Amino acid sequence: MSVRVFQSLPARPAPVQQGGAIGWIRSNLFADLRTTLSTLIIGGVLLWYLPMLFNWAVLSAYWLPDAQACHPVEVGACWGVVAEKYRLIIFGRYPFEEQWRPLVATLLMMALLIASCSRAFWKPWLVLAWVLVLAAFFWLMLGGFGLSPVETDRWGGLPLTLLLSTLSIAMAFPLALLVALGRRSELPAIRTLCTLYVELIRGVPLISVLFMASFMFPLFMPQGTKIDVLIRVLAGITLFAAAYLAEVIRGGLQAIPKGQVEAAASLGLSYWQTQRKVVLPQALAMVVPGIMNNFIAIFKDTSLVTIVSLYELTGALGLALNSDADWRPYKIEGYVFIALIYFAFCFAMSRYSLWVEAQVNKGKLR
Amino acid sequence: MNRPLSAPPKKSWSWQSQAFRGLVYQVVAIALIALGIWYLGHNTLVNMRERGIQSGFGFLFQTAGFDIGEDLLGYDSNQSYFKAFMVGLVNTLRVAVIGIILTTILGTLLGVGRFSRNALVRGLCQAYVEFFRNVPILLQLLMWYLLFTELLPDASEAWQAGSVFLSKGGLNFPIPVWEPGHLWAGLGLLAGLLLAWLRSRWARAHFEATGQPRSVFWLPLLIVVIMTVLGWLLGGAPTQANYPSKGEFAIENGGALTPEFMAVLLGLVIYTAAFVAEVVRAGIASVPRGQSEAAAALGLSQGQEMRLVMLPQALRVIIPPMTNQYLNLTKNSSLAVAIGYPDVVSIANTAINQTGRAVECIAIVMLVYLTTSLTTSAFMNWYNARAAIKER
Amino acid sequence: MSTPIISFDKVNKWYGNDFHVLRDIDLNLAKGERIVICGPSGSGKSTLIRCINRLEEHQQGRLVVDGIELSDDLKAIDTIRKQVGMVFQQFNLFPHLTVLENLTLSPMWVGKLPKKEAEERAMQQLERVRIAEQALKYPLQLSGGQQQRVAIARALCLTPKIMLFDEPTSALDPEMIKEVLDVMIELAGQGITMLCVTHEMGFAKAVADRVIFMDQGQIVEQNTPEQFFNHPQTDRAQDFLSKILGH
Repeated sequence: MSVRVFQSLPARPAPVQQGGAIGWIRSNLFADLRTTLSTLIIGGVLLWYLPMLFNWAVLSAYWLPDAQACHPVEVGACWGVVAEKYRLIIFGRYPFEEQWRPLVATLLMMALLIASCSRAFWKPWLVLAWVLVLAAFFWLMLGGFGLSPVETDRWGGLPLTLLLSTLSIAMAFPLALLVALGRRSELPAIRTLCTLYVELIRGVPLISVLFMASFMFPLFMPQGTKIDVLIRVLAGITLFAAAYLAEVIRGGLQAIPKGQVEAAASLGLSYWQTQRKVVLPQALAMVVPGIMNNFIAIFKDTSLVTIVSLYELTGALGLALNSDADWRPYKIEGYVFIALIYFAFCFAMSRYSLWVEAQVNKGKLR
Repeated sequence: MNRPLSAPPKKSWSWQSQAFRGLVYQVVAIALIALGIWYLGHNTLVNMRERGIQSGFGFLFQTAGFDIGEDLLGYDSNQSYFKAFMVGLVNTLRVAVIGIILTTILGTLLGVGRFSRNALVRGLCQAYVEFFRNVPILLQLLMWYLLFTELLPDASEAWQAGSVFLSKGGLNFPIPVWEPGHLWAGLGLLAGLLLAWLRSRWARAHFEATGQPRSVFWLPLLIVVIMTVLGWLLGGAPTQANYPSKGEFAIENGGALTPEFMAVLLGLVIYTAAFVAEVVRAGIASVPRGQSEAAAALGLSQGQEMRLVMLPQALRVIIPPMTNQYLNLTKNSSLAVAIGYPDVVSIANTAINQTGRAVECIAIVMLVYLTTSLTTSAFMNWYNARAAIKER
Repeated sequence: MSTPIISFDKVNKWYGNDFHVLRDIDLNLAKGERIVICGPSGSGKSTLIRCINRLEEHQQGRLVVDGIELSDDLKAIDTIRKQVGMVFQQFNLFPHLTVLENLTLSPMWVGKLPKKEAEERAMQQLERVRIAEQALKYPLQLSGGQQQRVAIARALCLTPKIMLFDEPTSALDPEMIKEVLDVMIELAGQGITMLCVTHEMGFAKAVADRVIFMDQGQIVEQNTPEQFFNHPQTDRAQDFLSKILGH
């Protein structure tokens, strides 16, 4: 039987704009009556307000630190307030001449954080690096061994924010791990204790935990001992963060199929061996995005320590401007400045978290 | 057939026995915690005695001696601390309840807007979410408060729209004076709701019997409105209201919303709505695309598809994290202390400063929030169990 | 052929600007005809049948279903969807509704039938696919084969003139494929017009009036099953068959 060779038609390009810029604009902005109307209305509003905003913020803004020059009504934003006060805002009440120390400390910490983000650095010596950097941080900030001492209640601004968030998450992690495992334990007393802890802390606002740390911790200590305010606040934030972190880790633990634990048991592994070698590696890899979210939340929550008189970024701004009558009218510019700093940090962290999630999902594809 | 053997005895007091080991662990844990609590408690009592601070909740019945800027309960400085805390509680609930309602509306609109056909709407919603999620709430509250107190005019030059004034002193508006006629209006409202509900039941039965759908939203709404107006007319159509007027230094009379309240409300709503938008978006996205294809293949319209297929499934995914956001909003309202809105935390702060009773006051604050959280969690667990999609 | 119930006339479709997924499709189906479409993956088979109930839109050419031309006209699309039933590879049952509710949804809300009549019709269809005892269960409580049979019954509740099957057994475990194929064979014997995209050649041989072989967006060959499987006329078809029937 003769066999025909099939002549296939070559592919042709698509007709009318399927894609391209014009096609996109047509289908996304002017597709039908309703869409067109909303584009016109929203576009109109934006075109009205955005130029005004741009004018205020950039075109008629005054950039040099001269409070007098900002007074006339025609002048827009007065960014001079940032130029003038940025050191107070970023470093708090740290002594002026020694401010290179928190600068170096902050840069070190940030470098380490960024390095820890990429897989290339996940080697055993990373832990050693962390210990060294933290030690260096404290030496630079506190003083001693050749540097003049600076008390902790003069620390402030960005270094304080970084220190509080990083240290509290680092310390909260082991605690959260134990609490998460405890909540899934079969021993009723342990399970109840851990559940009580988590539900209690998650049910109250951070501010009340900070108040507790600030007002009550001194009462808890034996007579005469004084605890540093920084340590108190750090303890409060750590306890708070651990409760939320424990829930995230518990979610990961729950997602591990029961068969994994059964297989480990059938191989003769003990409880702690199973957790260490089989369950936790899988669970923790799964919850890295959740942990990142927690870190972002704690980073933002450190702004609350302003209320208990530690002057991190938000508080430092108040400190810088409230007492200076010349610059006080330009508080809005100051707020925008630190809002942008927070936004930059948090946005970068959330992008990183999305990237990690994508990596984890890539590994999960069948 | 042999008699079944009874189970061997389980007790064995050796370290090898898992049960025994578990018991030991628990006893040790409880003992450690109890010891810790005793130690801390002992120190606390010693320290408080040394500083001359009394303990106990008796102070609640002493005269408070401070004024509260905003209260709905008719409080003055001669009343007890207990009353002061009540005022704070009411203020917290006020901002939380209104905040939750507004956040739900705004957040849902933003979340649904992410799926709009219009790229401009999609982009704006995304920009909103990214920006307001990444700036701390305290900072946002402070900024809104600053905008309210700096940008608004003084009372003497307040912006006016009819009988509504907006100024640094807040928003002043006419408040109807209570009269018996309003009771009739309230009765009318209740009657309207009852009629609307009856009508909905009839409409559903009618649909099932004949297949002809009847209006489920507009007609019942009309019924409620008409009955309320009827009730109001029956009661004598009272129209008297307390109108605000420009006094010498401030707007007097009328109802008022202080700038503190507005700043807290606005800040909380705008911040939490960004998170709610993400929750709604994730919920809608979680429904597999095949569901909408199957609905289309069955001939369902867009509206029917949303109502009968997408929304029921999306809501199951949305409600638990949404409830979490409600809790977050309530807890975040505690930040009002930073801008001087007298919520329960702010009152507690004042009380601590005046009486030194840190433990008691903080305990009260924690109790208030714990009750709210646990109630909401219990509701959420109940809802989750009830609405779960049944599997094998 | 008297007026065909489905008619493709030089239908072309592109995904984006570059991917020419359907190229100059010409096809006519008579009422009551049973067609099996086969071909390698990516050949456009699913896209072709999804164009029939407008789950995909074609950009060029004419597509007429039951006398109505498919275009942007929403009313036309609605009318056609009431006459065309579809069974998906992933079943796509509504997990939050019981089996019975899944079936009565469209008759009640689109067909405007009273609830009692809709339920009677639903039970009839469930009997037809031999799964009436599961009427009050939820979809995820059933096995894959049972779910797909419910999906078939759900499509049948529209009393459609045309039934489309998009790889209905590809997501099933091997031992469940037979129960679904049996239902489809029974259906085919009852006079309904069927278009089925499948790899199950046994089904094609048992039931199909015509087998259509597609590759790279074109219809390469169409013939009776007997002719197609035993005497393929093009090199592509030969190649494909040798791979499929080999094991």
